[in-house]
Amino acid sequence: MSIDLKTIKHIAKLSRISIDDKKAKELEKDLNSIFEFIEALNKVDTKKVDPLTSIAETSLKLRGDEVKTKNIREQILKNSPDENKDFFVVPKVVE
Amino acid sequence: MSDIINLTLSTLIDKIKNKELSSQEITKAYIARAEKSKDLNTYITTDFENAIEKAKKFDEKGNFDYKLPGVPLAVKDLFCTNNLKTTAGSKILSNFIPSYESTVTQHLWDEGAILLGKLNCDEFAMGSSNETSFFGNVESPVGKKVVPGGSSGGSASALAAKLTPATIGTDTGGSIRQPASFTGTVGLKPTYGSCSRYGIVAFASSLDQAGPMTQDVSDSALILDIISKYDTKDSTSVNFKRGDYFKSLSCNIKGKKIGIPKEYRVDGMPKEIENLWQDGITLLKKLGAKIIDISLPHTKYALPAYYIVAPAEASSNLARYDGVKYGYRSEGENLISMYENTRSEGFGDEVKRRIMIGTYVLSSGYYDAYYLKAQKIRRLIKNDFDEAYKSVDAILTPSTPSSAFKIGDKTDDPVSMYLNDIFTVPVNLSGLPAISIPAGKDKNNYPLGLQLIGKAFEEQNLLDISYSMEKELSFKNNLQDWWIK
Repeated sequence: MSIDLKTIKHIAKLSRISIDDKKAKELEKDLNSIFEFIEALNKVDTKKVDPLTSIAETSLKLRGDEVKTKNIREQILKNSPDENKDFFVVPKVVE
Repeated sequence: MSDIINLTLSTLIDKIKNKELSSQEITKAYIARAEKSKDLNTYITTDFENAIEKAKKFDEKGNFDYKLPGVPLAVKDLFCTNNLKTTAGSKILSNFIPSYESTVTQHLWDEGAILLGKLNCDEFAMGSSNETSFFGNVESPVGKKVVPGGSSGGSASALAAKLTPATIGTDTGGSIRQPASFTGTVGLKPTYGSCSRYGIVAFASSLDQAGPMTQDVSDSALILDIISKYDTKDSTSVNFKRGDYFKSLSCNIKGKKIGIPKEYRVDGMPKEIENLWQDGITLLKKLGAKIIDISLPHTKYALPAYYIVAPAEASSNLARYDGVKYGYRSEGENLISMYENTRSEGFGDEVKRRIMIGTYVLSSGYYDAYYLKAQKIRRLIKNDFDEAYKSVDAILTPSTPSSAFKIGDKTDDPVSMYLNDIFTVPVNLSGLPAISIPAGKDKNNYPLGLQLIGKAFEEQNLLDISYSMEKELSFKNNLQDWWIK
């Protein structure tokens, strides 16, 4: 199986990464060589094997829904790329 | 001054406790050496002025009962440090200043350690040679233009070059053990769930684990005592009874059963690695261990399975870098193009490749064929180890299939770079602890490491065996300080 240029551009779209045609061609080559290597897995019969989703394999612990830290708006916003003391700012979404 | 940097961590601590050395003397010695070692490019961010200030405070009224009393340490730039830039080696986090501290680094400071600065690493810990960092390649002190390994390459290089008495790294597929092997140092990846992942920039959450990188085995035990603790802030942290690793350390090896897996004898393995392994086996026998041939039949599928599981988790973890809440932002005409431009400019090539692989294997129609398949293979690999541990106490393998290579040698072909981790990846997939200890040198005088893999949560056993071997191996790096300016 091979991944074509159209698929590469689709994956880039899903990944929210903009790529030009030159980059897409490079990625097509790289990803195909990586997937060729990954295809080795098809040789293994896994019909009767349960997937291993986590090493711990225990159910996650629940905790009480309590507020432990508050009034940290300044801390949270301090790394925001757009300078605004009250909100995170993004380009206009609604016309 | 030059004597200070040659001391191991545990000796330094003794000398501080005996008042033979002050925290300031030690801190200044490491800073002076780091200033002369800039060519190695080990540091992304230094915090030297604060370090000297903290050392001064420690000397005035410090607590000498601490486990790391006034000891200066540099750490991998993947650990969030409160009020000090944390980049993960990426442009997208190049201006990120955390307002919180990772649990693991907090444990170090709580025991009296002093932060020197943040060490270079592959971008988001994705790499095996420290060549994917936005902040440039790291050179290894073992040879000019030689890679230190990765992803904890800055940590390994700084440790081997004696710019820090010990350090901590993270290991997702070999990122502590492979650079330790390349630089003639000791690197320990603890059992998954031992050290908290809270505050560590996430790569692949089911595989990531922090661990010590040190000059010798007893220093690793010392650091492990401090960083291995249950933490409610990490939902996969395991509350098991931890050992008193440093105090309990002994040459307890007689009668231990050590497995030698035949599948690790891979095609094209250099003769010197083969010999190193054989010498390791001979040494274990001499020390009274029992050697048992074992089989881990699914070993060859570990790397392909890893390159599905790790990128899948990474693509999900790295979705948070969107230019909105923190980090680098590139403008765009609308919200979507802002995201796309930010991520395109903010991530480097290897990170983009892995996000794309991860997105693809998780995308509609491919999930069963790739992701689910890889998780099933992961089960088979873990079963192999479970089966082997019915008859052995630990497993001995080489740490890497080759010694360190030159910068630029493997950057054109991602798969050849991935093959570096062939011996380390199965351990992460199975959540087991493993240690790399320096055991010999190749024809260029570059270090070679042996890996011991243990049973889950049995770090003491692993440390005891490697401690016994280390005494006999008496490995010396004998670096010529060629990089000092």
